[in-house]
Amino acid sequence: MTIKQSELEILLKNAFPNSVIEIKDLAGDDNHFAARICSSLFKGKNKVEQHQMVYKALKGKMDKELHALSISTEEK
Amino acid sequence: MDVNKKIEEIINSGDVVLFMKGTPEMPQCGFSMVAVNILKHLKINFNSFDVYSDENIRQGIKKYSNWPTIPQIYVKKEFIGGSDILKEMFEKKELSKFFLDKGIQINN
Repeated sequence: MTIKQSELEILLKNAFPNSVIEIKDLAGDDNHFAARICSSLFKGKNKVEQHQMVYKALKGKMDKELHALSISTEEK
Repeated sequence: MDVNKKIEEIINSGDVVLFMKGTPEMPQCGFSMVAVNILKHLKINFNSFDVYSDENIRQGIKKYSNWPTIPQIYVKKEFIGGSDILKEMFEKKELSKFFLDKGIQINN
């Protein structure tokens, strides 16, 4: 069960428009990524809520198609 | 027993509780290892629960916390997040203060 970096990018871009999104494929296996998202949508949310928003954007793929995603969120 | 009740019992079992894959002595996943290493580095006493030991808890805690990944850390019954959040707080030097503010002993 893997996910393409491009698919991950589309999911995040759709959920966080007008945001800075950087994705790194950590292992080259379509299964271990790091994502940094800098978005105005995070304003007023705590870290748990921000990460929950990212997981929600992945539409249930986390821990299924996508084994490992390191998340870093920032307010824009 | 109801899985949420069991989860609450685990969360209530100590001030700092880590749901992880494997044990602190032998973590079974890199993210769990990061969380353990940070807590050990700060010399925080914590209880851990190996989600591999109980599939109901493993799935149940994801729903309970609305958080799809393991590890998960609870401090005084409050959900703090996963290893990325713990690591970020540690790197920003906020974590020691956080534990102190929560009244958690840091054994440095």
